[in-house]
Amino acid sequence: MSGYLIRRILVMIPVLLGVILLIMVTIDLIPGDPAALMLGEGATADTVMKLRKSLDLDQPLAVRYVRYVSRLVQGDLGRSIREGRRVNEEIAEVWPATAQLGLTALVVAIAVGVTVGVLSARWPYSLFDNIVRVLSLFGLSMPIFWTGIVLIVVFSLVLNWLPAGGRGTWTHLVLPAVTLATPTIAMLARMTRSTMLEVLREDYIRTARAKGAGNRRVLIRHALRNALIPAVTVLGLQTGQLLGGAVLTETVFAWPGIGRMLVRAIFARDYVLLQGGVLVLAVTFVVINLLVDLSYAYLDPRISYR
Amino acid sequence: MQEETGRLPVAYRSTGAALWRRFRRNRLALAGLLIVALLACAAMLAPALAPADPARQSLEDKRMPPGGKYLLGADEFGRDIASRLIYGSRIALMVGLVSVLFAAVLGTALGTVAGYVGGAVDEALMRTLDVLLAFPYLLLAIAIVSALGPGLQNTILAVGVWATPGFARVIRGSVLAIKEQEYVQAARAAGAGTGRVVVRHVLPNCISILIVYSALYMASAILLEAALSFLGLGVQPPTPSWGLMVSTGRDFITLAPHIATLPGLAIAVTVLGFNLLGDGLRDALDPKMPA
Repeated sequence: MSGYLIRRILVMIPVLLGVILLIMVTIDLIPGDPAALMLGEGATADTVMKLRKSLDLDQPLAVRYVRYVSRLVQGDLGRSIREGRRVNEEIAEVWPATAQLGLTALVVAIAVGVTVGVLSARWPYSLFDNIVRVLSLFGLSMPIFWTGIVLIVVFSLVLNWLPAGGRGTWTHLVLPAVTLATPTIAMLARMTRSTMLEVLREDYIRTARAKGAGNRRVLIRHALRNALIPAVTVLGLQTGQLLGGAVLTETVFAWPGIGRMLVRAIFARDYVLLQGGVLVLAVTFVVINLLVDLSYAYLDPRISYR
Repeated sequence: MQEETGRLPVAYRSTGAALWRRFRRNRLALAGLLIVALLACAAMLAPALAPADPARQSLEDKRMPPGGKYLLGADEFGRDIASRLIYGSRIALMVGLVSVLFAAVLGTALGTVAGYVGGAVDEALMRTLDVLLAFPYLLLAIAIVSALGPGLQNTILAVGVWATPGFARVIRGSVLAIKEQEYVQAARAAGAGTGRVVVRHVLPNCISILIVYSALYMASAILLEAALSFLGLGVQPPTPSWGLMVSTGRDFITLAPHIATLPGLAIAVTVLGFNLLGDGLRDALDPKMPA
């Protein structure tokens, strides 16, 4: 187990080095001089030169890459261009808000998605199942920012039940979390339903029924546990979706998280901040997928990692 | 044998007819086809269908609710929303089609090379693509657009680059399976060169999976374009992009919620159409293909 874990963590290193390289090459592709673009038209040649030097832009890509990575190893993401603050600090400030939003959305998505999927599979082709199937397809098709706006119009403007934006009490969390969870709920409901239907045809389900296990026990103890593995895989793949969705959700609800910071960094052309933020999200993505892989062993004792 | 002019047995009918026979039984797939067909008509016939010029502003009509002078109301500049939605279908479809075509061609090329050549080439290509796939989808597009600058062309490029690894991975998987088939080995034994085997025997068998993935990726591509334009990183005003319309309408949701919500509905229905079509094609082409 620990050997497997170490190997997986070692594999993460080239992936993250690749991600950093990708970001740097992309920034390198910008036509013109990023330093001059950042400072605007009024900048003198002297200040542009200074900024170029402080950003290492006068160095070739390979040198910048090595310098960035060696600072990164020491846990230093550099200083943001606009405000001159340490990127570590800026990210530490916004990170809890995104984590709170993302985790809440994940819990909501698992609770609702799996429950709905199990109920759908319990009564396939019933009215409930048909409604769920159509709604979940629609849920996958809605642009997440639109879902958020519709929820704001209904629950904040018309019904006046919940605040339309900002972060504070738990009431501020409800609408953004539901918005962010919607595509994942739809995905999980579809996945759980189809794998449950497959599992329910297995011999061991018939055996369990023959031994007198009740409907509920068969459904939860025997079927659901086996149906969860594909659902968990989908959940891992959905993490990228969830992180991208967080950028949009935070924009719609003025949620002070890392997504809004990224959008702000793009418009301010603050590449150091952008690079740091993207990197942190990429690490999050890779770590979550590792946790997903580890959870297989818990769900299915036949799987063991060595 | 002359008198046997009736219908051929199922197995002898063309694959197209068999495909349509299976597709037709699926009501949801037909609904998807209908949505996509209507959308294509709207895009092609936009100048004839649109009741007004999508760019014409009229300050006295600004934020007019639906139902009156304008079927779907007017936006913050008094432009006809119905006409802008009809013209917006051109942007959505164009970004979707061109970027998916880009990704399908590039992804097929990469996937075929990786799958057919195998070995170190396969390793190198797939690990590189894994890095791209390890990127949250929106962030990749954001990184590309923020580097190249916003606009229609760069949006298409960003969406196309984002979709390429997915195509490459799927094609690689089917090439790996196909190259072990007996007919491929037979062709090789008969002396066909690598190029001929790939073009004549391997690629034609990838077509059905390519069609299915193209339809499904159209849905995602349209969603991604909408998201980029919503953030202000995609198509720029005054082009009538649906995502952009939601974004500008957002400032008026208290006064005139229809400005932001109607274009979002257009996106959702369009994406639903492509999702239904893709699912239906998958079931019709190969009921065993994984979901």
